[in-house]
Amino acid sequence: MTMTDTIDRSEGETAQSPTARFVNVGERTNVTGSAKFKKLILDGDYAAAVEVARQQVENGAQIIDVNMDEGLLDSEEAMVKFLRLLAAEPDIARVPTMIDSSKWEIIEAGLKCVSGKPIVNSISLKEGEAQFLEQARKCMDYGASVVVMAFDETGQADTKARKVEISSRAYDLLTKNGFPAEDIIFDPNIFAVATGMEEHERYALDFIEAVAEIRERCPHVHCSGGLSNLSFSFRGNETVRRAMHSVFLYHAIPAGLDMAIVNAGQLDVYDTLDPQLRDACEDVILCRRPDATERLIALAESYRGKTKEDEKQAAEWRGWPVNRRLEHALVKGIDSHIVDDTEEARLEIAERKGRTIEVIEGPLMDGMNVVGDLFGSGKMFLPQVVKSARVMKKAVAHLIPYIEDEKTENSRSAGTIVMATVKGDVHDIGKNIVGVVLQCNGYEVIDLGVMTPWTKIIETAKKEGADLIGLSGLITPSLEEMVTVAEEMQRAGLDIPLLIGGATTSKVHTALRIDPAYEGPVIHVLDASRAVGVASKLVSETNKESFVEDVADDYEKVRESRAGKGGSKLLTLAEARENRFAADFEKKAPAPAKPGLHVFDDWSLADLREAIDWTPFFRAWELAGTYPAILQDEVVGESARSLFADAQAMLDTIVEEKWLTAKGVAGLWPCKAQDDDVVLEDGTFLPLLRQQVKKSRDRNNFCLSDFIDPAGDWIGGFAVGIHGIEPHLERFKADTDDYSDILLKALADRFAEAFAERLHQHVRTDLWGYAADEALSNEELIRERYTGIRPAPGYPACPDHTLKPIVFDLLDARGNAGLELTESQAMLPTAAVSGFYFAHPDSQYFGVARIGEDQLADYADRRGMDLETATRWLRPNLS
Amino acid sequence: MSIREALNAAARERILLFDGAFGTMIQRAKLAEEDFAGDLGLAASQGGNNDILALTRPDVIRDITAAYLAAGSDIVSTNTFSANRISQADYGAEHLVSEINFASARIAREAADAAANADGTARYVAGALGPTNKTLTLSPNVEDPGYREIDFDFLAEVYREQATALVEGGVDLILVETIFDTLNAKAAIFAVRQLERELGREVPIALSMTLTDLSGRNLSGHTVEAFWFAVRHARPVAVGLNCSFGAEQLRPYVQALSKIGETLLLAYPNAGLPNELGEYDEPPEETAAMLREWAHGGHANILGGCCGSTPEHIAAIAAAVRGAAPRKLPTVQPATRLTGLEPFTVPA
Repeated sequence: MTMTDTIDRSEGETAQSPTARFVNVGERTNVTGSAKFKKLILDGDYAAAVEVARQQVENGAQIIDVNMDEGLLDSEEAMVKFLRLLAAEPDIARVPTMIDSSKWEIIEAGLKCVSGKPIVNSISLKEGEAQFLEQARKCMDYGASVVVMAFDETGQADTKARKVEISSRAYDLLTKNGFPAEDIIFDPNIFAVATGMEEHERYALDFIEAVAEIRERCPHVHCSGGLSNLSFSFRGNETVRRAMHSVFLYHAIPAGLDMAIVNAGQLDVYDTLDPQLRDACEDVILCRRPDATERLIALAESYRGKTKEDEKQAAEWRGWPVNRRLEHALVKGIDSHIVDDTEEARLEIAERKGRTIEVIEGPLMDGMNVVGDLFGSGKMFLPQVVKSARVMKKAVAHLIPYIEDEKTENSRSAGTIVMATVKGDVHDIGKNIVGVVLQCNGYEVIDLGVMTPWTKIIETAKKEGADLIGLSGLITPSLEEMVTVAEEMQRAGLDIPLLIGGATTSKVHTALRIDPAYEGPVIHVLDASRAVGVASKLVSETNKESFVEDVADDYEKVRESRAGKGGSKLLTLAEARENRFAADFEKKAPAPAKPGLHVFDDWSLADLREAIDWTPFFRAWELAGTYPAILQDEVVGESARSLFADAQAMLDTIVEEKWLTAKGVAGLWPCKAQDDDVVLEDGTFLPLLRQQVKKSRDRNNFCLSDFIDPAGDWIGGFAVGIHGIEPHLERFKADTDDYSDILLKALADRFAEAFAERLHQHVRTDLWGYAADEALSNEELIRERYTGIRPAPGYPACPDHTLKPIVFDLLDARGNAGLELTESQAMLPTAAVSGFYFAHPDSQYFGVARIGEDQLADYADRRGMDLETATRWLRPNLS
Repeated sequence: MSIREALNAAARERILLFDGAFGTMIQRAKLAEEDFAGDLGLAASQGGNNDILALTRPDVIRDITAAYLAAGSDIVSTNTFSANRISQADYGAEHLVSEINFASARIAREAADAAANADGTARYVAGALGPTNKTLTLSPNVEDPGYREIDFDFLAEVYREQATALVEGGVDLILVETIFDTLNAKAAIFAVRQLERELGREVPIALSMTLTDLSGRNLSGHTVEAFWFAVRHARPVAVGLNCSFGAEQLRPYVQALSKIGETLLLAYPNAGLPNELGEYDEPPEETAAMLREWAHGGHANILGGCCGSTPEHIAAIAAAVRGAAPRKLPTVQPATRLTGLEPFTVPA
């Protein structure tokens, strides 16, 4: 049994990308930071000033910082006027505001103009506790989060110790007075480095280290900083300043800096920095050598006055061949010449009788690949990607009319189907395969993608006059969502057929729960190969009626047989606990060699490739058989070989060009078992479920906690994810290359699974080290011929998906592996696996299966859920 | 037990009933100008100044409130939707704001207490603050988007004056209703906070948003989720939606708010959509049938009616939701919930 929660993913959802944990606050609407903005405000040109804000949002700023602290200005009036103007611009007003001033009166005037929930920047202990708390109270009255500067009665914090001390004190004061911890954002002061003063040398490093400690000490807070101070000593030398900012963020973000005031349009890509300059910046920021400052200053000289040279270089790239110019423009996000260059490329191709689409497939996509790789590996930030995408859009928009002219045939559609992966779920390999198959058979497929709310499904079906609706989902909570969609279709008065598909769906569930909710036909489609047959019958005037009746009869029979069957007999929870598995704790694994958290930023793809389990890969393509025998199979052998060859070719490229990044984290913690719970030493509570079905003879009623010693033991957790797939999928999508799209998703799933396997091996042999001498072949690994298990929440041994957030918190899976959870507890990116490690030699996989009302109530209580919520999550185990 | 605790305790037991419209009932009473004007001697015509009836025809207001209580309302509101300095200025009656609110609160308090004494079931009085007819977020002047007719401090003062009189008159909580401008509501919240400090005790707040159209936003542009993030700091005893449309159209938004609001969910839709004559004619059974679904779907704790609804509607709703399990409050994870016109969450 493999413990996968693997996956695929689709378009959109970039909000869940690794950089989403980092919030860009746009700084250009700050008179102290932007000379241009200051001039506009002083000149009273508010219309142009509003455009600066708009550009910030377009460039990816997620919050807009507004600061009017300028001696020549009535700052309060300017703040009020500007905020009111922003309120009239829905494109700008959609993002939250940061009201930034060193004067409380100005902040308060701003608070009176903002209709949403803004951030106040900032308050501090500078004037003592009374004033600090009074201002904090006002923030609560107005409804605002607050930036707290590391500043107290004795001054501004410059060392790590002071930053941590002041922030901790402020945290205690605020939380004691009812201020919500999650509304606190600490700014531990970014100061200028490389000033030539010895006492400034550690400023950046102290900041980074202080951030890590503050995040640790003060639960739920955020850390932010104003980036431009850092490079103050290099005023006028933009190249060096930008390099310093990129390097600083590259190190501060992993430490816990999750917000920064930046020029959203001007962040350099860490990887594209001149290596010499990058190293010199890194030496300064990380305080790596005593002469770091001198070296950077010396190097900076060669960049000084670069403006002229910049111009030269700017002129230079204009002289490059057109394809290279296009790539350059894409990577740098320069849109000034993109239409001219695209046109030039199009003419070149037209001249040699090529097709316009080649401009997109060739140079434009090459450029986007570079952007995608850098972004996927966390070396480029969201704003830059937004810029590149915009350049691409402009180029494509220019080409579209030509491409459409080249289109020829237009066949009549066999029928229209609206397809969607339901809300809360992100899995779509199966849905996409079905979509391709139906399209090949002449159906018009309107694919609404993943995480689709029912409102959109029904609205689209109505608007497009769809003949069919198809729903897909992989994780168990999606089953409930499908029932909701069916209920809403009923309410909306639809009567078109509803097709149900996806790994956890079944004829039984469809018959018992979905079919009764909707009076129109409901059909469970077992796999893609049946989709065309089912669809054609449903749109056929002659066959529809009899087919629908047959299916309805069939489902009625399922319901009747279910109603008649009491199901297997259940023990009471007390009896089941009596019949627990009694492990011999003499044999338990020793304490780990390396307890605590272990983060793996970039596990080698070449290594993971070796560990791939191919059988499920073929299953994803609906080719039945076991690898490697499947390659010689009489029926599917040829298809399997061809698919395998394509997969290998793509793998070569994936590894060589590093399309993907494997990020993971593992943790090992002391714990003890307490009935059906595992309690970690830090107090974290892992409630687990016990088998309750009456067993024959001497079989036990298992619970995972049986494998943990009540007298003290260890447990592990892990989460791994495969990042960076999005740009490639987008490329395939633009290319309308569904084959590669699905191939890549399936491979990403395999990488995730292989990563989980490799990481488990590393834990057994090294981190925990209880099987240091283990030497298993890949095949033996796949067959799980090792000691210990790695059960995953949402899978049979541990069916409650809501344990995932607990594992995620323990591991900081968000920060350490870039993973997110949807409302239905599906993981993002979709190629991801998470779970627990149990090391006891007798630990084994099992299915909890059906549980009784007594355990449901007991579990709900232990899990701190109300009964209704617990029922919803455990529904598959209740019937 | 505080009002907040008492309401929460009652709401754990069953769905609570709010009242219906005052306007519809006042229309039914077919009052004449002299009924409104009384002997106050005001210069301007008072026809249509429903709120002033607390002073000039208190019997009409008392009868309406008593009818709602008899129909099953657990919470009745004061007839003070427009009893604020801004709206009363249209009638030249702004100097009477405190008097109107105090009198209205007394009427509702006495009627509620009488009903409670009669049958032993606790009743609550919500002091109603309307949105006023001015907005803090929008400019009435297309050429000058930065212009505002009023400012925050002025509106907060308007609300403080009204809320003070309502509390003096004996209301249990302040209901900020028909919120078309989120910033107006924030001014009301700010005013109630000030009042709490003056009184040295909690004044529970309930908040009810109204949607402008089927885009699911209010006039200031906030989605339901954005609205909730913008006003969560009020720690309201209830949050909800009222007016806008009938129950049919309001349903998805009630559901959306129900999922995220970690407090009691209040909903009081109009009696359908207005007909060609601008009248609300949805029969009580129809409204009740839809609200019954919300109740059984676990989407609401407090239900009532807005424009067009009558004691018959409330009685029908009471009958329809009897025995329904009340909505359980959702638990939410700590996160920084900021918002512009759209919500923005940073996981904490």
